[in-house]
Amino acid sequence: MKKMFQVSTKTIVATGLGAALFALLFMYVKVPTGIPETSIQTAYGLGAFFAALFGPIAGGLIAFIGHAISDALQYGSPWWSWVIASGVSMFLVGLVYTKIRADEGEFGWKDVLRFNIFQIVANVIAWIVVAPVLDIVIYAEPVNLVFTQGAVACLWNAIACGVIGTLLLFAYAKIRPKKGSLTKEEE
Amino acid sequence: MKAKLFDYVERHNVIYNLSGVTKLLCFLFLTAAVMFSYDIRAIAVIMVLSLVFLRMSQIQFHQIKLMLLYVLLFLVLNFILTFVFSPTYGTQIYGTEHVLFPIAGRYVVTSEQMLYQVTKTLKYASVVPLGIIFFLSTNPSELAASINRAGVSYKAAFAFSLTLRYFPDLIRDYQDIAAAQQSRGLDLSKKEKLGKRIKNILNITIPLIFSTLDRIETISNTMDLRGFGKEKKRTWYAAKPMKGNDGFALGLALALFLGTIALSIFVNHGKFWNPFV
Repeated sequence: MKKMFQVSTKTIVATGLGAALFALLFMYVKVPTGIPETSIQTAYGLGAFFAALFGPIAGGLIAFIGHAISDALQYGSPWWSWVIASGVSMFLVGLVYTKIRADEGEFGWKDVLRFNIFQIVANVIAWIVVAPVLDIVIYAEPVNLVFTQGAVACLWNAIACGVIGTLLLFAYAKIRPKKGSLTKEEE
Repeated sequence: MKAKLFDYVERHNVIYNLSGVTKLLCFLFLTAAVMFSYDIRAIAVIMVLSLVFLRMSQIQFHQIKLMLLYVLLFLVLNFILTFVFSPTYGTQIYGTEHVLFPIAGRYVVTSEQMLYQVTKTLKYASVVPLGIIFFLSTNPSELAASINRAGVSYKAAFAFSLTLRYFPDLIRDYQDIAAAQQSRGLDLSKKEKLGKRIKNILNITIPLIFSTLDRIETISNTMDLRGFGKEKKRTWYAAKPMKGNDGFALGLALALFLGTIALSIFVNHGKFWNPFV
């Protein structure tokens, strides 16, 4: 049985390398949407994939560390309100962890639905509630500005998680051996 | 693409010789103070001090040129967007209206709005030198040690240290895979249609992600074999001991933090400093 909040050595290593991948994709692998200054962050697709495989603690820390590092590299300092929102969104996606069995080679349409419901709810909470509220509390940003920004971010990140995360889970389930696929040969 | 994560150059001066945990705590205290307060006087003091510290740390301009450009871009965009979305937000906050000059319709420039927007810009800008000092003057190997000593569980700190360790490796892998795929005719440039380009990007990231998953397996087995995580505490090879200067720096940061909060509570009676009433 998978335990939701168990931290094994594998969780820690997955967090460390996942965060490095997250930062790399966050900085260099963006898909332009055609609207200036907005692009689909493939990093959130990766984050959701890791969150579904390794749980909420790994997911949350991956996005938190990865986002903080890429902010520090690009802007000199992390913008905490959005870094925290990133962490929250991937933590919430990670709650699907105990229900996904992609590591046992099983990922069907039911799982696609389940994963996407979790990621959409997670993105809505993180980008339409957490990020704008933190922006208002910390920086006293105008309410209508932050909610517009949050809604835009929510939409693109949900697309990134939905498309890229789902595709990665499909691909991963395919290369994993199915549980119980080996049978003992009768003598 | 830069393969090196932080442009760390070993130097010996007051700032570089501080222990990593001191710099982390000072960074957190001062950014917390700036984030809490909406008093331009307190923020300006911290801004000036952080610029002085940046000067003292002898970090070269070419190391941070690109970052400053990004920050400037962000600040200008934020300044304009704030005005477009809420030109009267300052008046709401401070409760008075001193019109400087009208532009059109509801777009009227008031001193309240200007004070609010300038304060906000300073709030964003003043954390940048602090972050730059912390990240560029601390040895990357010491960063994880300082996070642990500041009270974060060592497992999370170790994850952070793994991130720093493997980031350059992953960049190199990414470049190798991208070069290999491009030599097979995969086009990533703007000449390709958007849908095709997304598929091509996936063709590079998927091998990268799956080779990383293999790596996770190997590294976690190695760490398990060496007994990682068996004890409640661990020591760090790169940790620097605290000295007299560290105490002084911590004291200064704490005093600034408490001073800012005291200013808000006892003088301003709220987060905002209101010179208009």
